[in-house]
Amino acid sequence: MTARSAVAIVSRLSNPVSCLVLGLGLLAGASACTSFYEIPIETPIQPKMDVSMFQRVLIAGFIGGGTEDVDANLETVRLLRSQLRTKSSLRVIEAEVMQLADIAKERARGEASPPPTPGGAADGPQAQEQDPTRIRNEKDLERYQSIFSDVAFWKQKGEEYQGPLIITGTVLFSPLSTAGYVPVEREYFDQLGRRRVIQQRVYQERKGFTLQPKLIYIDGRTGATLYSETLREEILYNAQQNTPALSSYFELMDKLIPSFLNTLSTQKIRGTRMLVK
Amino acid sequence: MLSRAVVVAAALVAFAPQAHAGDARSEAKEQVEFGIKVAQNGLWKEAAYRWQKAVEIDPTYAAAWNNLAVAFEQQGNFEKAREAYEKAVELDPKNLLLRQNYDLFKEINDRTKRRRDR
Repeated sequence: MTARSAVAIVSRLSNPVSCLVLGLGLLAGASACTSFYEIPIETPIQPKMDVSMFQRVLIAGFIGGGTEDVDANLETVRLLRSQLRTKSSLRVIEAEVMQLADIAKERARGEASPPPTPGGAADGPQAQEQDPTRIRNEKDLERYQSIFSDVAFWKQKGEEYQGPLIITGTVLFSPLSTAGYVPVEREYFDQLGRRRVIQQRVYQERKGFTLQPKLIYIDGRTGATLYSETLREEILYNAQQNTPALSSYFELMDKLIPSFLNTLSTQKIRGTRMLVK
Repeated sequence: MLSRAVVVAAALVAFAPQAHAGDARSEAKEQVEFGIKVAQNGLWKEAAYRWQKAVEIDPTYAAAWNNLAVAFEQQGNFEKAREAYEKAVELDPKNLLLRQNYDLFKEINDRTKRRRDR
């Protein structure tokens, strides 16, 4: 409210006393209100990596693991490419998505070590029935990490596309279930019919997903790793709620995308601040 | 006549620093108000210049330090923003608006630092 609007309100009143009292009150309020101003600001966050030497980026592919309901490799490549196309100055190379898990498995077979087994449990009839090369957890993923430090492999890939920035890594998208006390709001009506809300803690079984991508940035000219970061997000729903895995994947990725984009380009965080007189 | 002149002179000497301080604050306030106007129109560089001038005129003006910190934050100059916020909070520790701005700034700045250190 400004002093002018306060005067306008007062001028409509006929009683001089009420006019005076209200006028003083409104003016006091108006002067108090004008001592600070809320203003929107955009805080620029500098990129984590200097990518000025690259004009193009290749989202090569990822070693995906966890649930089989979502092809973590394919979905991650598609999503990151579409994000970079619109929110980065780098030109996105539209190449075929690398089946990095298969390449890594081939390499693991070629090496002297025995073929990988799920979660380290090699024995037992259950392990025989399951695909022994399936990646279920972080431990399974560790077996394939050596591919990312293979400079010659990435240099060769880089040469195929004239030395772009290569983005690769691992993506673990796993189901999660938990049980425990969670705070919930319960509403009730008191004796006078007024609506009341109380906080309660109730025991609930919940299920959801955890998404843990490890993003590795490789210089396509040399094959060397420039930067890597591991992100993690999880989401839990009521156990009765049936949420498709793919929509949970996108929900979680939505939370991680700003951090990914901030690796390559300046991002702005919107907020408000108070300017004071 | 002479005693009257002495009294006037004494009064001038006694009140001169206060009058000067009052002038400094009102002069700084003018800069602050102008800075707010231009900031509301998105002219943050000009606003920062005005608030910088205000704190030079009156270094004890907490609001001017606060506004200057906001301008630095908007420009991505986090080190200077932190210094200015700290100065503002130090000068007026009971002002909740300044404290709130500083807390919001710290939240963003610390988050960014954590990510960088990873």
